[in-house]
Amino acid sequence: MPKIKLGTKSPRIDMTPMVDLFVLLLTFFILTATFRPQETAPVDTPFSVSEKPMMDANVMTVLIAKDNRVFFNVDNGPDTILKFRPKILAEMGKRYNIEFTEDELRLFERTGQAVGVPIQDMKQYLATKDTDDKIALETGVPIDSADNQLALWILFARQVNPAVLTMIKGDADVPFPVVREVLDILQDKNVNRFSLITSLRAVQVEEEITE
Amino acid sequence: MADIQVEDKSRGGKKKPKKGDARVDMTPMVDLMSLLITFFMLTAAFSKPKVMDIVLPEKLKKDEIVEPPKIAESRTLNIILGPDDVVYWYPGKADPDVTILQETDFSATGIRQVLLERNRALFRKIDQFEKDVISGKINIRQDSLRSAISQLKKDDDTGPIVLIKAYKTSKYKNFVDIIDEMSIVGIARYTFTDIDWIEEKLVVDAVNRATPVASAPVQ
Repeated sequence: MPKIKLGTKSPRIDMTPMVDLFVLLLTFFILTATFRPQETAPVDTPFSVSEKPMMDANVMTVLIAKDNRVFFNVDNGPDTILKFRPKILAEMGKRYNIEFTEDELRLFERTGQAVGVPIQDMKQYLATKDTDDKIALETGVPIDSADNQLALWILFARQVNPAVLTMIKGDADVPFPVVREVLDILQDKNVNRFSLITSLRAVQVEEEITE
Repeated sequence: MADIQVEDKSRGGKKKPKKGDARVDMTPMVDLMSLLITFFMLTAAFSKPKVMDIVLPEKLKKDEIVEPPKIAESRTLNIILGPDDVVYWYPGKADPDVTILQETDFSATGIRQVLLERNRALFRKIDQFEKDVISGKINIRQDSLRSAISQLKKDDDTGPIVLIKAYKTSKYKNFVDIIDEMSIVGIARYTFTDIDWIEEKLVVDAVNRATPVASAPVQ
């Protein structure tokens, strides 16, 4: 029996609209993607019902990691022209008699990462290329009263940028006394208004109004 | 596949290019694009972190002597953040012999109920106000709603004055949670103060009471 011959033309689907759509989507996602510098230490923020989004610019953040290390970051956001970061580092260097070169300041500005090293190790930290070596140096910003570098970072950040807002990003499991210490340092520097960085959680209050 | 139509220009008598469809195989491009789209979609951070504002009372300078503000004992509610996500609370003033800490937790039936009970009048007022706004009984601009509510809170004189204290083994999470509860329940007046030794002792007692089996005293 002869087979039924199918049409020899192979079916072609016009992919043009699909490709158009893909290009559009791709452009959208590329343009909206914001590349944040990698977090130096993982911090799981606690949940809250607050719906206020975080500000983009004029922000300084005190990070408290799981292992009680304290990090400090100045996110000068889109207004990088003002070059707050290198200015603050230069001020810090002046206080500790460490001369930072132009290259080091530029590198510090570019990384945008939180400071987690004592200022004495900063030169070595900036010179290190290897990530593992960098992590080994990150012992946290000293906050004890003998050498309270966090207080100085806060002081200089506010001197360089008076409009700066203070954020505290703590890990949910950090013991409270550590947070208290950071709050004390902030209050010593006359910062009484902070924002705690949290993740959103929905909560409903069920209360019947009937008596 | 996309076709590029080659127009047939037969007039003019010029040398004709070889006829035929110029077809470009777009499959690899499409493959690559789907990959890239997937990548960017997954890495896109749509949810911005949220912030919660707190204001702490100004610290006194060492040589400054300021009379502490007088508050009614009957309206005072002390909340102590204890170890292991436990919350202790007691009304009024701490007395080492009389005060017994009430134990509760951060669930919806825990500390929230305690606070709601004491703050019912204000909570209802705010709730009613919000309902009236939604139903259109009160005509108010959206951006002045928040300030109207904070004015309601300011005028309130029946709700509790909450003093939050943290025991040394409490977690940062507990602190955020309790401030969160304040905003959920709409407490008008709350502040964060240092824990004093009487309360520390009460917490130790309460922990020991809860676990009488443990032989070692809990620090």
